[in-house]
Amino acid sequence: MVAFDEMSPDKSGIRRPYFGYDSWLREQDTARLSEKTRDAERVFRKTGITFAVYGEAEAAERLIPFDIVPRIISGQEWRRLTQGIEQRVQALNAFLDDIYHRQEILRAGRVPKELVANNAAFLPEMIGVRPPGGVYTHIIGVDVVRTGEDDFFVLEDNARTPSGVSYMLENRETMLQLFPELFQRVKVRPVEDYPKLLRQSLAAVRPDGVKGTPTIAVLTPGLYNSAYFEHAFLADQMGVELVEGQDLRVVDGHVAMRTTQGYKRIDVLYRRVDDAFLDPLTFNPDSALGVPGIMDVYRAGNITIANAPGTGISDDKAIYSYMPDIVEFYTGRKAILGNIPTWRCSEPGSLKYVQEHLAELVVKEVHGSGGYGMLVGPAATKKEREEFSKKLAARPSNYIAQPTLSLSTCPVLTDAGLAPRHVDLRPFVLVSDRIQIVPGGLTRVALKEGSLVVNSSQGGGTKDTWVLDD
Amino acid sequence: MLLGRTANGLYWMNRYIERAENMARLLDAGLRMALTRTASSAEEWNSVVVSAGCDVAFRNRHPEVSATAVADFLLRDVTNPSSVLASIETARGNARMVRTALTRETWESINEAWMAMRRVLARPVDERDLPSVLDTIKRETAQIRGTFHGTMLRNEIFDFAQLGTFIERADNTARILDVKYYVLLPSIHWVGSSLDNYQWESILRSVSAHRSYRWVYEADYRPTNIAEYLILDARMPRSLAFCYRNLADSLRYLEEAYGIRHACHDTLAATTAKLKGATIKQIFDSGLHEFLTAFIQDNNRLGDEVARSYRFY
Repeated sequence: MVAFDEMSPDKSGIRRPYFGYDSWLREQDTARLSEKTRDAERVFRKTGITFAVYGEAEAAERLIPFDIVPRIISGQEWRRLTQGIEQRVQALNAFLDDIYHRQEILRAGRVPKELVANNAAFLPEMIGVRPPGGVYTHIIGVDVVRTGEDDFFVLEDNARTPSGVSYMLENRETMLQLFPELFQRVKVRPVEDYPKLLRQSLAAVRPDGVKGTPTIAVLTPGLYNSAYFEHAFLADQMGVELVEGQDLRVVDGHVAMRTTQGYKRIDVLYRRVDDAFLDPLTFNPDSALGVPGIMDVYRAGNITIANAPGTGISDDKAIYSYMPDIVEFYTGRKAILGNIPTWRCSEPGSLKYVQEHLAELVVKEVHGSGGYGMLVGPAATKKEREEFSKKLAARPSNYIAQPTLSLSTCPVLTDAGLAPRHVDLRPFVLVSDRIQIVPGGLTRVALKEGSLVVNSSQGGGTKDTWVLDD
Repeated sequence: MLLGRTANGLYWMNRYIERAENMARLLDAGLRMALTRTASSAEEWNSVVVSAGCDVAFRNRHPEVSATAVADFLLRDVTNPSSVLASIETARGNARMVRTALTRETWESINEAWMAMRRVLARPVDERDLPSVLDTIKRETAQIRGTFHGTMLRNEIFDFAQLGTFIERADNTARILDVKYYVLLPSIHWVGSSLDNYQWESILRSVSAHRSYRWVYEADYRPTNIAEYLILDARMPRSLAFCYRNLADSLRYLEEAYGIRHACHDTLAATTAKLKGATIKQIFDSGLHEFLTAFIQDNNRLGDEVARSYRFY
């Protein structure tokens, strides 16, 4: 299976979006490029752009490896991609609104009732609640993979608390520092606006009762969270407070933060804390990360929580397989961006197929993320597959399976020069009274030769993602 | 608008940066003594540990006092929360927590100091390398202070950090003076006399005032002069008077900005009055040790009241 290389798909030459970069690259000397890679690493360490890996005490703070070769997308490719993403995000929000109100899609039998009713990500507390501005998922990271010139697929919708946008911004900043001359030669659309757009977007969905400029805050689980750097970064870039649960309490029917001058009301909370920890009175009673009583404030319409509680029901891996139907049901049109064919192991026929073809498939936990608990069939040993097969048989509805896709590759700089590695792409979408997508995203790259796992927790790296101004 | 937790983080960030620096100074003074004295240096190293305020903890870890043991305990031992390594770790943890309140330059200088100190303190420090290690620590903390003063907006964020710096520094200077006098002054009758003793210089050295002292008092080490210099001389950047002038500036700013006067303002005024109203003679007459002990308590109370008044918790 030969992967599509986005720079030079065959021996005949370079793809058009890479023309400018390629001509620059030919003038560079390899030793200087390696030196630049080390420069980049120093910049990241210095600024403390790190993430934590769970279960690795030693590596409490690690850098995500950064590759200095940009991933380049033409303006035309980007337009098509964004049309597909916008349509999908509209459908996600419509689906959430429907699921928590009339449930027409269930009545129409397009999505099985039990898939929603028995799903831990479905929050009965949200039934009948209409969030300010009618928006459920405000910030979405849609993972897109490519397999050929015109073949883009959505791998996953991240509609809860997607992370990675700080890397998109810092990667660009680093590239601008390392190769200023390159940006003179190739016209790349800027991504720097993102924090401003995020702030405007959050302000636009403030509660109805708030006149004037709303007070916005970012809620983080704290210093030890793997994405803490990003939480601090976004709060800083937006010029809003970074709060923890211990800073917040409900005062006179509003959520308020403890300041040096007493409690001050918050109107919009961009929370990076999972649903289960949001309100110990409503959800997990042991949570110290959330705010007791915030759900009552929310139901009373006195605070915007972004993303809304309960959005996980829309990006659940079991629901994912129904996304083409969901898009069509709510937008009245065929999905512009396709899904990857998915076997739901809850269906006996599919389970049988998956078990017989484990060596060819990727099997994922329905509720998993970050590349934990999955099986990449072709890369697994016979023993690993046998063990996984037992887990599968014990809880089939906990798994879905997909074909091992031949993800496209982009060149990365290795000790031996440029070499192709598999990549995916996470563009970031903002939803308020409009949908906005900054031209770029997070390109994750599997740094190990031949590897298809791009997750940073599993040894993946990142690249700057360029959308050309053409 | 500033979160109480952020104010708390800024306060402790600077207290621990200050503490790391003070530890390096203390060791520097001890090292100097050990090099210049012919007699056993164990006593000198012991007084370093006592001045650092961790003699009990030290003895629990090390049966004997030696240069290597003291240096290791004060520099690298993370079970000692005041060691340089533990202090910079805590300072950086607080800086990470309040990162949005810091300029990029300030955050980076703290982060770089943390990386540099972890590097030089990764292994036990050979006695021969001690001077250069102490130099690194002092240079890194100076760098932090430089970027902090050069880039931070003069608002409440600046003031809560300043409060941490000067409460820690005043505590440190008062302790050194108290301990050293107790150890050094054999009898109260010697107080006014001129003593030719390296020990006196070590007091000044541990607050980096051995050069400036000579400009002010010439080369004559008199206990009263040294005490006057470290307690009452507001020109000396590590004196109690200097610390309290800066604390007063910051608390006045907060009072004006917020339009509220708290208990901490009264405590500050009372302590300042004691420093301003006294002559060194009066202080000695009523007992230096008593004066310093009362000062240390007042200083602690000020810290507690700041935390309460501005909702650190």
